[in-house]
Amino acid sequence: MAYKDEKLNEEKVFKDPVHRYVHVRDRVIWDLIGTPEFQRLRRVKQLGTSYTTFHGAEHSRFNHSLGVYEIVRRIINNFENRPNWNEDERLLCLAAALLHDLGHGPFSHSFEKVFKLDHEDFTRKIILGDTGVNAILRRVDDNFPHKVAEVINKTYENKLVVSLISSQIDADRMDYLQRDAYFTGVSYGHFDMERILRVMRPMEDQVVVKESGMHAVEDYIMSRYQMYWQVYFHPVTRSAEVILTKILHRAKELYENQYSFYLEPYHFTSFFAGEVDLQDYLKLDENVVMYYFQIWKDEIDPVLSDLCKRFVDRHLFKYVEFNPNQQMSEWMELHKLFQKAGIDPDYYLVVDSSSDLPYDFYRPGEEGERLPIHLLRPNGELKELSRQSDIVESISGKKRTDHKLYFPKDLIEGLSNRSKTKKRILEILYG
Amino acid sequence: MLNNHAKLVRFFSQCEEVVGRKRLQKMIYILKKAGYPFEERYEFHFYGPYSEELTLRVEELCNLGFLNETHEKKSNYHQYRYSLTEGGEEFLTHYEDMPFKDMTEHIHNMNEESSRFLELVSTMLYFDQLSRDECEEKVRAVKKKMNYTDDELQQAWSFIDRLLN
Repeated sequence: MAYKDEKLNEEKVFKDPVHRYVHVRDRVIWDLIGTPEFQRLRRVKQLGTSYTTFHGAEHSRFNHSLGVYEIVRRIINNFENRPNWNEDERLLCLAAALLHDLGHGPFSHSFEKVFKLDHEDFTRKIILGDTGVNAILRRVDDNFPHKVAEVINKTYENKLVVSLISSQIDADRMDYLQRDAYFTGVSYGHFDMERILRVMRPMEDQVVVKESGMHAVEDYIMSRYQMYWQVYFHPVTRSAEVILTKILHRAKELYENQYSFYLEPYHFTSFFAGEVDLQDYLKLDENVVMYYFQIWKDEIDPVLSDLCKRFVDRHLFKYVEFNPNQQMSEWMELHKLFQKAGIDPDYYLVVDSSSDLPYDFYRPGEEGERLPIHLLRPNGELKELSRQSDIVESISGKKRTDHKLYFPKDLIEGLSNRSKTKKRILEILYG
Repeated sequence: MLNNHAKLVRFFSQCEEVVGRKRLQKMIYILKKAGYPFEERYEFHFYGPYSEELTLRVEELCNLGFLNETHEKKSNYHQYRYSLTEGGEEFLTHYEDMPFKDMTEHIHNMNEESSRFLELVSTMLYFDQLSRDECEEKVRAVKKKMNYTDDELQQAWSFIDRLLN
């Protein structure tokens, strides 16, 4: 029997708090889960710094990847024998679902910003490079790794396959909304996924939803909207992210200035030098990063040491609302006042915008901008969701942006009470 | 602070108006590929390179009053127009030292072209790691429904050559 068709003697199941069970029958999928590159995802948190706000949010990209695989498995079970669905693409969908986040590094959002990296690029490199994952995919056929990489990169010819994993109603989002809700403990993020899966239909280029399932989809869109504001855009989480980003900037700057670290940062040097190869990338997981942060708490450099203490011990920056339209001159004044007070504004005065975060809302958008969710009417006609649903339309047009100014309140309060600088800083920040 | 916003405001200050979000997405992507330091992250979507970060940042600029957005309802969708406001011009005065090459010629050239053509150019640029033949084959595969002609592909190559040289 060809490797691609091999089944395990007995179905394996992973107990899962969101989907109850994740079922694995294909030998290829089982072997992929066992690779070091996939196991590494256990050491990369799904929600980055959110655990500083929601203490339960310690779940990993490993959990999420299995969840996405399971949802895709259920969707394509329902697609069997339906028009537009090609059963030959089953294994491709399952493998791409399982591996879609393979290239995420530790705290990947901050790392990507500071070191100009792209996790999708690393996903591709892991799939196509000299890795355990590649060896398994090649056993299916020589071109299979390439196909899996294309599905994940969204450049695969059959857009139906791509849309299962990446569209405005895909397995990725359906898993992370429910999983993140479960682990953060919030009461949002719940929707009737079983109903959505039952009414999904394969079309030539996309997955659509039968019109009768519109209310389940409305619930999904509402969950998404609430989760963004309540969890993903949470200002305390963003404070931790701001500090993390500044730690990486500081460590890089010190390295570039030949600073002598107490412990040579071997795992970071290729990142600092901008020459990260695949092996370096795979070695740096969140456990390693946290080890360095722990060590850097005792560094001689006061900025690096202070920022690491803040991050590790959760002594975060405070924040106020900030309107760049009305407060630009105040910001410039603050910048000077911080310098005068001996608090480096490049590290301790940060404006963070919602567009700096890697999450998106449902947008019907403009024609040709981004594919919206389509409802399938009984007569075969397709209608964009917000045209049919008042609920979705009402949240599609809302303002969804905000800016916050982050700073170390404790350092400002530590300035002498007689200091005019302190008085003025507090006046600007708190009115 | 807000350097990425300022770069976009600089772009709008060099256009009279941008008609269409799709056009805006493709213009920024093409400029980015031409070496302008826009940092919005792009992914390949159904209609070619698309940046959610750009969408949200433009929304922020509108909410801040730096950009004016108008939209008109077409039969099955909305069409958006963007132009810089006085507030946007004032914001830009804080970034006069920001190094940024002039974009007006590229903007003018892109505005002469249709959105369909910009979609083709940006998709070809997305596959710029492939050889020309491979790139054309890929573009035809992922853009089957657009039915791009040989002539359009040739024009797109000429456009890209002018852009990058």
